[in-house]
Amino acid sequence: MELLLAQSVIEPGLTHFLVVSAILFSLGVMAVLSRRNTIMVLMGVELILNSANINFIAFSRFTELSLDGQMIALFVIIIAAAEAAVALAIVLNVYNRFKTINLDDISLLKG
Amino acid sequence: MFTQLPLIILLLPLLAFILLIFFGKRLPRQGDWLATGLMTLTLFLSLILLVVKLGTQPAETISSSFNWAIVGSQVIGFGIMIDNLAAVMLVVVTLVSTLVHYFSMGYMKDDTRYSRYFAYLGLFSFSMLGIVLTNNILLMYVFWELVGVSSYLLIGHWYEKKTASNAANKAFIVNRIGDFGMFVGIMILFLSYSTFAFEAIFESISAGQLPFGSEGWLTAAGILIFCGAIGKSAQFPLHVWLPDAMEGPTPVSALIHAATMVAAGVYLVARVFPMLTADALLVIAYIGAITALIAATIAITQFDIKKVLAYSTISQLGYMIMALGVGAYTAGFMHLVTHAAFKAGLFLGAGSVIYGMHAALHKLHNHHTDAQDIRNMGGLKSKMPLTYWTFLIFTLAISGIPLTSGFLSKDEILAGTLAFSTLNGHWLLPLTGFLVAGLTAFYMFRLLILTFHGKPANDQVYSGVSESPKVMTIPLIILAGLSLFFFYSFNPFGATSGWFYGAIERPESMVPLILQPAAYPVFYEAVSSVHTLAMILSIIIAGGGVVFALAVYHWKKVSADALAKRAGLLYTGSVNKWYFDEFYDAAFVNGTHGLMKMLRWFDENIIDGIVNGSALITKVLSRISGWIDNNVVDGLVNGTATTANKAGGLLSHVQTGKVQTYLVYVIFSFLVLFVLFL
Amino acid sequence: MELTTILFYLFSLITLGAAAFMVFSKNIVHSAFALMFALIGVAALYVLLYADFLAATQLLVYVGGILILILFGVMLTSLGYTFNFKTVTVNLAPASLLSATAAVLLIFAFVTTDWKISEIAEPTDTVYDLGMLLMGDYILPFIVAGVLLLIAIIGAILMSTHLSAENREGV
Repeated sequence: MELLLAQSVIEPGLTHFLVVSAILFSLGVMAVLSRRNTIMVLMGVELILNSANINFIAFSRFTELSLDGQMIALFVIIIAAAEAAVALAIVLNVYNRFKTINLDDISLLKG
Repeated sequence: MFTQLPLIILLLPLLAFILLIFFGKRLPRQGDWLATGLMTLTLFLSLILLVVKLGTQPAETISSSFNWAIVGSQVIGFGIMIDNLAAVMLVVVTLVSTLVHYFSMGYMKDDTRYSRYFAYLGLFSFSMLGIVLTNNILLMYVFWELVGVSSYLLIGHWYEKKTASNAANKAFIVNRIGDFGMFVGIMILFLSYSTFAFEAIFESISAGQLPFGSEGWLTAAGILIFCGAIGKSAQFPLHVWLPDAMEGPTPVSALIHAATMVAAGVYLVARVFPMLTADALLVIAYIGAITALIAATIAITQFDIKKVLAYSTISQLGYMIMALGVGAYTAGFMHLVTHAAFKAGLFLGAGSVIYGMHAALHKLHNHHTDAQDIRNMGGLKSKMPLTYWTFLIFTLAISGIPLTSGFLSKDEILAGTLAFSTLNGHWLLPLTGFLVAGLTAFYMFRLLILTFHGKPANDQVYSGVSESPKVMTIPLIILAGLSLFFFYSFNPFGATSGWFYGAIERPESMVPLILQPAAYPVFYEAVSSVHTLAMILSIIIAGGGVVFALAVYHWKKVSADALAKRAGLLYTGSVNKWYFDEFYDAAFVNGTHGLMKMLRWFDENIIDGIVNGSALITKVLSRISGWIDNNVVDGLVNGTATTANKAGGLLSHVQTGKVQTYLVYVIFSFLVLFVLFL
Repeated sequence: MELTTILFYLFSLITLGAAAFMVFSKNIVHSAFALMFALIGVAALYVLLYADFLAATQLLVYVGGILILILFGVMLTSLGYTFNFKTVTVNLAPASLLSATAAVLLIFAFVTTDWKISEIAEPTDTVYDLGMLLMGDYILPFIVAGVLLLIAIIGAILMSTHLSAENREGV
């Protein structure tokens, strides 16, 4: 029993971090696809961006990518900040116009 | 000296733009003094630069650059190159721009977007100076597009007028067609030499490297880059935007369509001249000749004062391009400089006339008479003496009458084409050149006579016209002075002895020997042997044009209407501008409409049919499966049934308008691709 | 078992648990707070990966900035929050199916790929190196990012002032 535990709880390597990021990514996808509230969708997008960042930094820690990976992650954070600001301004505008932020009620493009 | 000063010259107009666009409304007098002052300073700095350059290092090309961006292994430089060409061009641009600034202070006095207008003038001057100063063809392309944008803003300055905003769009779009070709040309050069710098490209070519190892590609690159000049310099077949662009304010027409933007194309050809093969130059020469002829024939029959000037500009630009094409490099560039002075003067003079007419019509509350139609004018000579006398000097200059600057440069161009035909046998080029010289003299004097001589068309309006304020007439006087011969050469009958010919020399051709045009000494000898003949012919022909115009419009010996009837089809063709717009409308606009209709039919009948059919089938299938599911009561199967049902529902109306439904498709396709390529 | 191993599992658990809570919570305010914990967990993971500067940035920008923005968004648009989970979601079935597939595929890909691991020495301080990179190789992206942020700020302000102008008309 102790042996089994020791085998499964090994020193965290690259794969461990990648698996965490994969699960985080799928949770983000889940939020983006299924939540009606636009703000929830935005939060899902943040999760996806974070999972990508974990990947970048994990690669920068464990592979040849080195500091370039951290650099890219830094730019992802910058862009996420810009995205959040603009997206929330858009959400406020949408709310003002449609009096709802449920994505499925906003279907002007319906064919 | 030669690194900081050009940068200051380049950045001062940008400073004016930035200050005016943000603080213009708050400054006293909306900041016109600021823009004009900065522009005047730029002019003085440019003059200093020119004098120092010619005085200390007349033969050098001074270039300095620093790395702008490093993309992979490619280094894109940002640099400044000052040779005599650039130094002269700098003075031309800043001079005209400064005078236009002064003139605009009078002309645009009561405009609602006064400060905005001066801000755009600054932006335009900045981008134009950028084209002149850069040592790098990519950067030139960037400034080229900036010129496009700022000219768009200026032409569309009165955007409440539908015609003005349409004209701005047209200018922008037509220019884009030419720029596309230019961009392809730049990319060919970049792929072959992996550099954008002019000097490096020329060095590689002279070292015998050809793009993709073939001579045809070099010719193609030259012609493609010339496409940019076709757009900006309004050459055939992209000349249609320039006459429409007359919807902009008249000082803008003087700036953009006389001295700077349209001259950018000529400047571009002069810049890349060393890499042009003989074939490319021949194409350039013929395009120029066709443009000159077409535009001159249209100008004869127009009645709008600005339209006549617009077509004459196109025609003169054709001259310059033709001169460069035949190898009369200095003559072509000199015509650019002299033309900049007298055409800017003509436009500003026309602006002064329109300003006077407008004020008179406004006083009478007459808003349906066109202030720009020369049939409504006449006899303005005594009312606007300063405008008249300066206008007369400009008209003499553009017609190529001796003692003017226009005579010097035009004479050299005609001699160049004549020499070219004696060397290569292309006799159509000098023939067109001389014909256009005669036509130019005719239509310019027609304009002058109809506007300033004869009886006034409307006495009421006539009595209300008065001379324009000083701020408008002084630029005219300065430009009139610059249209005289002694600024360019002390010998009124030959430009070759003047400083200009000493300063601007035709650069060595860098292309392989068999592709080169006739070498400069050979060409020069041919020019000097035909020079006297060309001069005599050009005087006779220009004189003939003037006399004919006087006979028709002043002495009324020949009736204009009878002439028009006699000319028949030619006359209707000319009045309708040879139907270029109609042709483009039919060929491209309607063609696109037709294609659109076809695609729509295809969409409605075939694609929708497939979609609806598949939707129907899926619907039926999902019904059946739903029925089965309902009967086989089982939670798990029920789940699949709803999924199938939902899938059917999704297919039956794919366009739900719901973002998340689309996202489901996106993620699904992403996963499919992921599996496929993993 | 080393401390870092324990910390890794602890923070992974916090991150994933909070993220899952965020996704499946009915109450959007709860979701926002869960997101905060998830982001803090991610920051901790960064620390474990020797990315101390990024961890600090993560805390400052995400937790201090973006999360506050989101909370503002929630407050300014909220219409009450007592729904059951079904009513706050759409296409639940395909979404769960797809995200589960995505997770499985990604984990499969990550685990089976033979990564070229190269152990690097434990850096003492990344800030200096990052700063040098930012002012050297990455100077152009850095400037562009600055311009982008400026544009985003102006755009956001423009959109929200437009909003208040409309509101004033309504009043």
